Amino acid sequence: MELSGAEILIRSLKDEGVEYIFGYPGGAVLHIYDALFRQDDVKHILVRHEQGATHAADGYARATGLPGVVLVTSGPGATNAVTGIATAYMDSIPMVVISGQVPSPVIGSDAFQEVDMIGISRPCVKHNFLVKDVNLIAETIKKAFYVATTGRPGPVVVDIPKDITDPRIKVPYKYPKKVSIRSYNPAVAGHKGQIKKAVDLLLTAERPMIYSGGGVVIGEASKELTEFSQLLGYPVTNTLMGLGAYPATDKQFIGMLGMHGTYEANMGMHESDVIIAIGARFDDRVTGKLDMFCPYAKIIHIDVDPASISKTVKVDIPIVGEVKPVLEQMIDLIKESKKTPNKKALETWWKQIKDWQAIDCLEYDRKSPLIKPQFVIEQLYEVTKGDAYVTSDVGQHQMWAAQYYKFDKPRRWINSGGLGTMGFGMPAAIGVKLAHPDADVACVTGEASIQMCIQELSTALQYKTPIKIVNLNNRFMGMVRQWQEFSYESRYSHSYLDTLPDFVKLAEAYGHVGMRIDKPEQVRPALEEAFAMKDRTVFLDIITDQTENVYPMIENGKGHHDMKLRIAATGTTTDRELA
Amino acid sequence: MRHIISILMENESGALSRVAGLFSARGYNIESLTVAPTEDASLSRMTLVTRGSDDVIEQITKQLNKLIDVVKLIDLAESAHIERELMMIKVKTTEKTRAEVKSMADVFRGRILDFTPETYVIEVTGPSEKLDAFIAALDADSIIEVVRSGATGISRGEKGLHL
Repeated sequence: MELSGAEILIRSLKDEGVEYIFGYPGGAVLHIYDALFRQDDVKHILVRHEQGATHAADGYARATGLPGVVLVTSGPGATNAVTGIATAYMDSIPMVVISGQVPSPVIGSDAFQEVDMIGISRPCVKHNFLVKDVNLIAETIKKAFYVATTGRPGPVVVDIPKDITDPRIKVPYKYPKKVSIRSYNPAVAGHKGQIKKAVDLLLTAERPMIYSGGGVVIGEASKELTEFSQLLGYPVTNTLMGLGAYPATDKQFIGMLGMHGTYEANMGMHESDVIIAIGARFDDRVTGKLDMFCPYAKIIHIDVDPASISKTVKVDIPIVGEVKPVLEQMIDLIKESKKTPNKKALETWWKQIKDWQAIDCLEYDRKSPLIKPQFVIEQLYEVTKGDAYVTSDVGQHQMWAAQYYKFDKPRRWINSGGLGTMGFGMPAAIGVKLAHPDADVACVTGEASIQMCIQELSTALQYKTPIKIVNLNNRFMGMVRQWQEFSYESRYSHSYLDTLPDFVKLAEAYGHVGMRIDKPEQVRPALEEAFAMKDRTVFLDIITDQTENVYPMIENGKGHHDMKLRIAATGTTTDRELA
Repeated sequence: MRHIISILMENESGALSRVAGLFSARGYNIESLTVAPTEDASLSRMTLVTRGSDDVIEQITKQLNKLIDVVKLIDLAESAHIERELMMIKVKTTEKTRAEVKSMADVFRGRILDFTPETYVIEVTGPSEKLDAFIAALDADSIIEVVRSGATGISRGEKGLHL
C-alpha cells in the first residue's frame, strides 16, 4: 500500500488506536488536515486556541490513562501549545503532539510561521523528533507513543516539515507492531533485595506513614496501594496529584499533605519514624522547608524515575521500578513474613493521629450569610454522590476542591499540579467528557482562571460535551490575594478583577446555560438543576465570600509542624498550643 | 570535586543541544565539553568535565541517563583512568627568549608546530592540569593565543564504554 506522508501519519494514528485528536489547522499542516478529512477513524476535535487542544488532550489522558494526541501548525500554533505541553510534562502525562513545520528546504531561513519547535519544546518534553524523511513517519510515530507511554510518561513532540507530508509523494506504508530504542529501557521491576529491606523496615515501624502520589494513579496501582495499606493498617496521606489513589472516605486516609494539607497528615509526617513514598517526588509544595522535613523518619521511596530518587530529600531505601509490580511484591512479602505490624505502637500512633484530627482543621464558618467556597465543594460532592470527574484550574478553588471533594477513585481528580496552569480546567473537562460521555464532569474554577481559556466554551458546544462549570467567583485572584494578605500587609497589587464579564450572559452567548448564585441556600438547588440538565453545559457563577482563605497553610520556609490554622489565624489560640 | 563524565550517545542532530540544555536548565556547570563520532558512525562520544558535590554529580548522571539519546555513560573519576587534553599555544618570541621557550616546551614534552621570527605555535598534550602548568610557566605577556580541546578520557584496564 502506497500512501502520502499525510496519509501515513493519520493511518499510523489509527493503527495506534487513537480515538481523538485535538487540534487547529494552519498552513504547515494543511496536507495532514486534508488526509484527516478523507477518513472517519480518527475523530478530530477543533479547539479555539492551541493551548486548549493540549489541555483537552491532557484531560482525556488523565481520565483514561491513554495518551492524548494533539495536532497544531507551525510557528504560533506550536508556541501556543507549549504551555499545555509543559503542563503535561510536569505531571508526567502521556501525550503526543504533532506540530507542522515549514518545508525542509526553508528551515532556518526565518520563513513565514517558522519557529524552532524542537528547540523551544526541548526543556518541557520527554523527547522530541524532527521527521526528515517520509519513509520515517510511521516508525517515528510508533516511537513517539512508546516513549510517551512507558517508564515515567510524558509529552513527546513530533515536528513534521510540510514537504514530508506532500500528497504527491507516496511511499509504502507499514505500521511497526513493536519498536525498541537501544538507549531507552525504562525499569519495570524493582530490586528484590531493596524491596525485602523495605518490607523489613516497614514492619518495625512504630509511627509509620504511607505517602503516595500521582505515580500510583498513572501506574494504575490504586488497588495495590489500597491492599498494601490495609494489610499494614498504617495511615495514608496523598499528594495533590495522588488524590483518589486511596479512597478518601476510608478510615485510614488522613487527608492530603503539604502546603494546604491537613493538620493530621503534616503532623503525622513530621513525627513519623518510617515513611514510604510511593510514586511521589518530594515536591517543594509537599515538603515545606527541606531541612525540617520529617526529622525522625527513615524513608523508603518507590519511583519509576531514578532521577526522582534523592533529588531533594535523601532517602534510605530507594526502589526504582513501576509502582504496581513493586507493591505486588511487597504485599506478598508482608503476607509471608513472620513479623507483623507492631500493634501496640500502632494503637498509640492512631490515638495521636485522632487527637490531631480532633482539631478539625478543615472546619469553616457554616453560619455565614455569604457563600463559603468550601460549602460549594461539599454540596458538589453530595449532588454528584462523590462520583464525578472534577477538573480544576489553579488557585484557592483548586485547593478547596482537593480538600473538600472526597475522591474515592483514581483519575477522578484532574488538575495541573506541577506547573500550576491557570486555564487548564475547562478544556481538560471537555477532554474528560469525550472520554466518559455518561459521567458527570465538573470544572471547579475561579473567575480569573476561567478567563484564560474561556474560548473553549465554543468547543464544548460544537462537540456537545455537557460539562458543569462551577465558578467560585470572589472577584479576586484569590490565592494571590491570600499571599498578599499574609506576606505583603494586604497590599492587593493587581489581584483584583473589577471589570468582570457577566458570566451568565457570556455562557448564553456561547450557547450554554448560565446561572448566577449569590445566596447559600441557592447553591444546592442550582447544582441539582445543573446536573439534571444532562445534555447542556451549565456555567454556575457562584458569588462567594471574598475574604475566605485556604487553611491550613504551611507558609514559605516553614516545616510541616508549623502550620497556620484557621482557628489560630482568627486569634483564639495557636497551633503550637493545640499540638 | 571535578568529574569527567564520558557519554556514548546517538549520533543525531540535536543530541548535543539536549545535553547542553540540560546543564543550563538545571544550573549545572560545564567546565569543558568535547564531542566526536566513534568507530560506529551511529554513535558519538562526548566527554564532559563538571564540578559538584556527590549529590549534584549523582543528579547529573541520572538526568543525563534520562535523555533518550544517551546510550550509556560513566563517571571516569570513579575509577582509574587516563585523561588527555590537547593545547595549541601561540607565544611571542625574541632572539633572547626563543631558546628558553623551546626548552620549556621540551620539559612539558611539547612540540613546536610552527614558527616565525617572532612566534612559536607549541602543541602540548596531557591532563588538563599539565596544560595549566605550562601556561603558568610561560611569561603571561608572551602568550598570543591559547586553544584547548577540552579534556577527553578513557578508563584503564579491560573494561570499556561500548554497546
